[in-house]
Amino acid sequence: MTMNVFKTLKRFAAVLLFVPSLALAAGAAVHLDRAPVSTDPAALQHGAKLFVNYCMGCHSASFMRYNMMNSIGLTDQQIRDNLMFTGERVGDLMKISMRPSESKVWFGKAPPDLTLIARQRASGDGSGADWLYTYLRQFYRDDQRPTGWNNVVFANVGMPHVLWELQGEQVAKVTENADGTKSFELSLASPGTLSVEEFDKAVADLVSYLVWLGEPVAEKRKTIGVFVLLFLAGLFVLSYALKKNYWRDIH
Amino acid sequence: MTTKSQALVNWIDERFPLTSSIKGHLTEYYAPKNFNFWYFFGSLALLVLVIQIVTGIFLVMHYKPDGTLNSAGIPVAFASVEYIMREVPGGWLIRYLHSTGASAFFVVVYLHMFRGLLYGSYRKPRELIWIFGTLIFLVLMAEAFMGYLLPWGQMSFWGAQVIINLFSAIPLIGPDLALMIRGDYVIGDATLNRFFAFHVIAVPLILIGLVAAHIIALHEVGSNNPDGVEIKKKKDANGIPLDGIPFHPYYTVKDIVGVVGFLILFSAVVFFWPEGGGYFLEYNNFIPADPLTTPLHIAPVWYFTPFYSVLRAVTYPLFGIDAKFWGVVAMGASVVIIAFLPWLDRSPAKSIRYKGPIFKAALVVFIISFFILGYLGVLPPTPMRTLVAQICSVLYFAFFLLMPWYSKLDKCKPEPDRVNFK
Repeated sequence: MTMNVFKTLKRFAAVLLFVPSLALAAGAAVHLDRAPVSTDPAALQHGAKLFVNYCMGCHSASFMRYNMMNSIGLTDQQIRDNLMFTGERVGDLMKISMRPSESKVWFGKAPPDLTLIARQRASGDGSGADWLYTYLRQFYRDDQRPTGWNNVVFANVGMPHVLWELQGEQVAKVTENADGTKSFELSLASPGTLSVEEFDKAVADLVSYLVWLGEPVAEKRKTIGVFVLLFLAGLFVLSYALKKNYWRDIH
Repeated sequence: MTTKSQALVNWIDERFPLTSSIKGHLTEYYAPKNFNFWYFFGSLALLVLVIQIVTGIFLVMHYKPDGTLNSAGIPVAFASVEYIMREVPGGWLIRYLHSTGASAFFVVVYLHMFRGLLYGSYRKPRELIWIFGTLIFLVLMAEAFMGYLLPWGQMSFWGAQVIINLFSAIPLIGPDLALMIRGDYVIGDATLNRFFAFHVIAVPLILIGLVAAHIIALHEVGSNNPDGVEIKKKKDANGIPLDGIPFHPYYTVKDIVGVVGFLILFSAVVFFWPEGGGYFLEYNNFIPADPLTTPLHIAPVWYFTPFYSVLRAVTYPLFGIDAKFWGVVAMGASVVIIAFLPWLDRSPAKSIRYKGPIFKAALVVFIISFFILGYLGVLPPTPMRTLVAQICSVLYFAFFLLMPWYSKLDKCKPEPDRVNFK
């Protein structure tokens, strides 16, 4: 009996050794650039400006009100003057006038609401910010697509390259790998109004804004968390001393 | 006590067993003095239950169980959760406490159950405590499953889709049963509303009733302890167990230390890691439910994955019935079999401290299989993974089904008369 148990254990250990290799086999090889996410109000404000100018034509942020941008250092008046164009009130939700039913016909899929996009796009490959930062910088010219654009991270995406005037036009040299996947080598065919560094910085600011948009309370949450943990640490010492004191006479 | 307050207590005692209840369950309820780390998790489970109920009450004030789309094309239920996260003062905290609480509940309950396995807490005379406990676990799974639909995200929707479809695999009544659970031919507003009713009222009522029964049964027979010795066998002249100490104040002050320790870890997650790496709040669940877009990979929440793996491991049709049905049977059996432990364990010793090498090895194999099953449950299946899951499922059941033999064969050490206390 004992012999059998050990035999089973041995087999079991052999199986156990396989498990990590199974996990490795699961990871798809999508390389994502690390997004330099910032919580600096200036970066977030720049991101907000890019967002309302370039994204909100088609995408809503329907869980957010304009005046929630107070918390990134903008006054109601600044929001009205710089970030609102069509007569909404500053307490309104950041909705758009394009209807999902219509945009679905135009693009094949209604452009998603972007309030939570940074949280949705997180995966084993990287954070949602990493995905967005890579995605927004890797559009390339593709005549096969109805919009004239394609994307490395999101193949055959319905969205055109809205930031192309800033980035310029990239072309891709595609090579097919032995395992059927494709490798892309992007190069700038014609430059945009921003240099590569400036464009990367602009996208980083936009992504930072989207991260903030996903959870505006995140920074406050961490600040409160520090105090909560400090309080609990103090309470732990006290409660432990109390317990010690009560248990003195238990032998 | 002043005469006035004593008079009030007397007045109540003549009408309600106040003083005698406090004595019977706290100040003169004798618990073994040698409880160790593993004995924190019972009181912690109660704490998490209270956290879930209190935060749940506040969530219900703002949440709307409505599957229809708002003007921005977002389901109202999903939007109401984001409304809680952004606009309700402190709403984000209440929501994170509730979502983290769900995972914490299972962490605590799994550790509490493991304690039972370690020290034989299920053995005579504690069979009923154990059965109530298994029922609590089963009901808790139903509660968690129904609660997970409410945020109405992609994983909520498709997870429920997968699980409810399992019921349709039951011969004859299956399709009608699934229809009855959904309240519709597809998961929709009707499903959301009934799950809301179950999650908020029906199941918590059952849960609280079972918890009460669990504790009443425990206080009837008294707690087991890491040595598996019955402290009631050795009493002093006053009939007080020699190794027993009053629950209050000794274990109330000790449990406070456990509670604060738990709250430190819990708060660390709530304030710094609320998504739990995509395991406590799944990334896909930040996408509103979309019946037309199936996610590439549907994984249940982490605490269901060991049992989900057992379900997927069954791939053979039997007696002309679909393998899916037998998978459901196996999954159900893998939970229900836990309740039979009191009659499966035949070893002379209760506690792992005095049990022999075979039981120890069996327990190690069981725990490792359980973890591997849990790990495989989050991954999409491949032939290799299914094979591993099948082996681990067999080991999982073997731990229980072979126990009457190996626990009897085992060479146990003699149990001491009195508990060990440093």
